[in-house]
This record gives sequence, structure tokens and C-alpha cells, in this order.
Amino acid sequence: MSKSTVQTSFEQRLQKEKDLFIPFIMSGDPSPAATVELALTLQESGADILELGVPYSDPLADGPTIQEAAGRALQHGMNLKESIELVPKMRSKGLEIPVVLFTYYNPVLQYGLEQLFQDLREHDIDALLVPDIPLEESVELKEYAHEFGVELISLVAPNSEARIRKIAEQATGFLYCVSSLGVTGERKELSQDISSFLEKVKSYSSVPVAVGFGISTNEQVHLMKQYSDGVIIGSKIIKVINGYHDELVSESARPSALKKVKQEIVELVQ
Amino acid sequence: MSVTYPDSRGRFGEYGGQFVPETLMAPLKEIDESLQAAMEDPSFIEAYHQALKDYSGRPTSFTYADQLSEYLGGAKIYLKREDLNHTGAHKLNNALGQALLAKRMGKEKIIAETGAGQHGVASATVAAKLGLESKVFMGEKDIERQQLNVFRMKLLGAEVIPVSSGNKTLKDATNEAIRFWVANCEDHYYLIGSVVGPHPYPKMVRDFQRVIGDETKDQILAEQGSLPNRIYACVGGGSNAIGMFYPFLEDEVELVGVEAAGKGVDTPEHAATITKGSDGIIHGSKTYLMQDEHGQITEPYSISAGLDYPGIGPEHAYLHASKRVRYESVTDDEALDALQLLSRKEGIIPAIESAHALAQAFKEVKDMDANQSIVINVSGRGDKDMSTIMNVLQEGE
Repeated sequence: MSKSTVQTSFEQRLQKEKDLFIPFIMSGDPSPAATVELALTLQESGADILELGVPYSDPLADGPTIQEAAGRALQHGMNLKESIELVPKMRSKGLEIPVVLFTYYNPVLQYGLEQLFQDLREHDIDALLVPDIPLEESVELKEYAHEFGVELISLVAPNSEARIRKIAEQATGFLYCVSSLGVTGERKELSQDISSFLEKVKSYSSVPVAVGFGISTNEQVHLMKQYSDGVIIGSKIIKVINGYHDELVSESARPSALKKVKQEIVELVQ
Repeated sequence: MSVTYPDSRGRFGEYGGQFVPETLMAPLKEIDESLQAAMEDPSFIEAYHQALKDYSGRPTSFTYADQLSEYLGGAKIYLKREDLNHTGAHKLNNALGQALLAKRMGKEKIIAETGAGQHGVASATVAAKLGLESKVFMGEKDIERQQLNVFRMKLLGAEVIPVSSGNKTLKDATNEAIRFWVANCEDHYYLIGSVVGPHPYPKMVRDFQRVIGDETKDQILAEQGSLPNRIYACVGGGSNAIGMFYPFLEDEVELVGVEAAGKGVDTPEHAATITKGSDGIIHGSKTYLMQDEHGQITEPYSISAGLDYPGIGPEHAYLHASKRVRYESVTDDEALDALQLLSRKEGIIPAIESAHALAQAFKEVKDMDANQSIVINVSGRGDKDMSTIMNVLQEGE
């Protein structure tokens, strides 16, 4: 899909195209009210884009940390519709950065594609990422995304090989580069030859190129920022949040817990 | 034969496809290309059929159930005896084919998922025979329920990896096997156990299981000079059923797939995916599945661990939608009755899975004529189910 001259809401809300910090949180973990406040805390901690996860019973691309977060959220009755409805609450409290809704495809199919895109639009959600839809199966989603002005975020992996160019050239919003093969989750070491992969991706992409999967230390953040336009951090952030689980659930203890979350996140990414 | 689906994108009509993370696209492509080359290589086909014959004992017998036919009245009942395969079920046909492919691809390690343990045992068996290293993912709940099969796998040299995510059963073991494969696809081959998963798995497993239907066709023609009126097979993921049905799709034979109704399709405890499920995505494929209104996959139930799966192979979804195959469901109790009847009348103790196909056939055969005939696929033997059956039957006494 070529870039049109009319800016999408994603492009309008994105303040810079380099040195991006893209955190991932799970809707409803530890509670819906806490998710709203955590979004704002992450914005204060320097987040440039928020990736908001929708819990799913069978998250194939996720490691144990995000699986468990999804499990906790599902126990609280969180679902796609309620995830979407959290965003206007974030906006009314001052969230200005673009929001990417992250959901597996099966809940989307049950929701209905057209209904989903209409609701994303109406709820100020700027982009959609479906981790179990590769390029070949994305035609229908792309058509709706274009029609409703929502960016569809694509993933590209080190083993995408011949597909890298195709995926990168068609990318909208930002391009999500998987750092190494496997599922989400912290890794002690990131692949050594990632720089040549990222160079290749960047040569074909007209949107920011961000790296995710396994980034969990300040050192890794800085290393990855050298080779890319930004970092996506999921499991590590979920772990930080889970460290204050009970305090975040409690309305009275929440403000001080959010301060501690902010401090840890700033130390991670600054 | 002119049935050429799936198409190049792995679609059976609107079902099938590759709904997987980008990281899996490369290994799937590698398998697809290797499979195509292998299937066109006469030496590979010969090695596969040779192994089926010398190692698994194929062709399996075709038994006229004379006592049972007389007792029930109606059509003649024939049994396709997949229970006589090495390791006791049809599962080995597929495991042998895929392990030979893995070896041809230069992969020395295989991974597999298992529910009751039958596919795990088949995978561990072929891995031992072909000198491959094997890991079998199994839900913690299933490990507890199927300790004998866990021991068999270990005896065969496999590493059994307990899965503690989700509900700790087959669905979760499959998720975990896929997750492990994503991270280790360079030197591991994922040996999937049924006609499920992303393309090319549903097609590949079908093509390795069609030997059931091919043999059956030859055997019934030799026996009575004509095709049967109906064929019955049980359906969990659906590999024995597709293997049996596929060679008959273009013939005038009624095909009946039988799902597990558990404690009844009107209770929450069943595994009748086609009867009660709806369209969606599971394990990388578009098909029918059991899910709630929000698209969360729900946990199935059946007394038979082999039918206890919330999805169904995409080709079955297509055959249901196109009305080529009729799908019915049978409860735990009906299956157990059929199991006992076959045991007493024919001296064959079938697996509880297979007993579902038997139960549906027994219900219908009485309304057929004596000059008609049916074939029931006895997909496996009942030895593995002895303690389950003993518990249920003794409780009832």
C-alpha cells in the first residue's frame, strides 16, 4: 500500500522516527484500571508508541511471561472489545502517543473485520498488529486497514530471507523486526549477526524499523538502537509490572507503585 | 484422481492456509519444497512403502465381521484393521512417512506433540528405528493420565517434555511444540500427528495416511467385486478418517465421520467440533473449532484422549461444508457399548476412539439391506484403554 498524501492518525501522533521506545502491556493485567494508568506512566517514561496486547487463550508467538499475563487478564474477563474500550479512557487522561492494538487473529474473526476496524477508528486506536497473519494471508486486513486509515504493522524475521524485501517495502506505521527465532521473552544474548539483517530491512523500508523479542537490559536497548530506529520491549515490562501486582490492583497503593514502575522503566531505556 | 486440492496456498476451499507467525514461514516453505521433491522421487516412495510393509506389517487385514453382521442384521460389516499396525494404530503410517522426510531433509532431531501418547509412541518408535533424536511434548494432565505410554516413549529413547501452560492437554502440548520449533527449526523437524496445523501438514499427513483407503478399496473389490455403500471412521483431528476417505471421494460411497459427543453435545463436556463448533483459526489453520463468543479456544472433553481436540483438520471442514462427508457424534456411553459388543462378537478389542465409528455404524446398519455393505475403520487397538475402561465398567457394576 503506497503512502497517501493524507496523514494517518498514526503518523500525526508519532513525534519522531528515530530512537523509538515501544513498550508492550497486556490489557487487564493486573486490572483494567491499572492498564489505563500504566499507559500514561509509560508515556511519561518516554514511550513513543504503545503496544496494547489483547489476551488470547493460545498465544503461539509468545513465551511464558506474556502467556501468563494473558492468563491473568483472561481470568479478569478481559477480551477484544474491552481492550479497545480502554483506549478512550487513556486518551481522556492525556495519552497522546500512537496506540497499536496487538491481537491474535481468531478473536478478530469472531469480532468481525469491518466492525473491528470501525471500532479501532472510533476509539482512537491507530494501528493493528496480528502476529499470526503472515504477508500471504493479510490481503483482507490490508484492504480494511487502508479503508479505515489504520496502519497494519508487519513483522519480519531473520529467516524471512527472500520475503524481507516484499514485507519491508509494503510496511506501514513501523516495521517490527524479530531479533532472533523463537517466541517473545527475555534472552541473555541477542544474535551477533543482527546488524546485517537490520541493514537489509532498513534499505527497503520507508517506515521506522524497530527491533523486538528478547530485549531486557539497558545494554541491549543501546545496542539495538545503534542498528535500528527503536526497540520494542514486552516481557521485561510485564515482569516489572508484575513485581508490583498487588499494589497496582489496589487503588490507594497504585500511585506509589506507578512511580516505582516508572523509575525501573526509565532505568531500562534511558 | 482429479481431486487436486489444497491449492498452492494450502486452502481446501476457504479452509486451511498458513496462519502462523512470520518466523514459521521459512521452515514451512522448506518442508513444502522437500515434500514435493520427495513425493516425485520414486526411491522415496519405495522406501516409505517398504517400511510400511517390513516394519509396520502392512497391508493390514480386512475382516468380515460375520458374527456381528448376523447379530445386528442389515448390511454386511467389514472392518479395516489399522489396529494391527505396529504400535497398535494408524499413527505409524504418518510417523514413518514424515520421519523419512525429516531424514531426507538432513534433520537429525524430531519433535512431536501427543495427547494420549499414541502419536508420541509412534514418533519415538520411528525415531529409534531411523536413528533420530526425539522430543515429545505432552501436557502435564495427560502425563498423569497416560503413565504407561510415557514409560513406553522413554523406553524407546524419547525425551518427554511436560507442558504446564494452558489446560495442560493436547492443545497446549501442540502450542508448546510449535513454540519450541520456531526457536529450533534449523536442526529440528516437527512431526505433527494429525491432518491439522498450517499447510503443508494437512496435505502431507493425508498423503501418508491414504494408504488406509487405497488398501481398503483393493480389499473390498477383491472380496465382493464392488465398493461398499458406506464407510465410517472416527474424527478427532481426523487423520485416520481422511486416510480412509480420500481415495473414495470421487466414488459413489457414503462417507461418515464420527466425532466424540463426550457426555452429550448439549452438555459443556464434548469434543464435537463440527456439530457444535464454528469457523476460526487453530494451530495455524482455518477450520472449525470450539470457542467462546470472544474467540477464545475452549477445552474439549471426551473419554477418548485421541478425540479430545478442540479443532478438526481443515480438509474435514471443507468436506463438511461441501456436504461430501456426513459428520455425526457419539457419546462416551455409546462408544463403550460398541467397544464391548465388538469384543464379544468378534474377539477384537478396539481403541475407544475407533469405538465411536463402530457405535454410529451399529446404529445405522440395521436399517440397511442384506445386499449392502459397510466398512468401519478400526483405527487402533484397545490395549492402551484397559484401565480407563476397567474403571468405568467397574463403577457401573
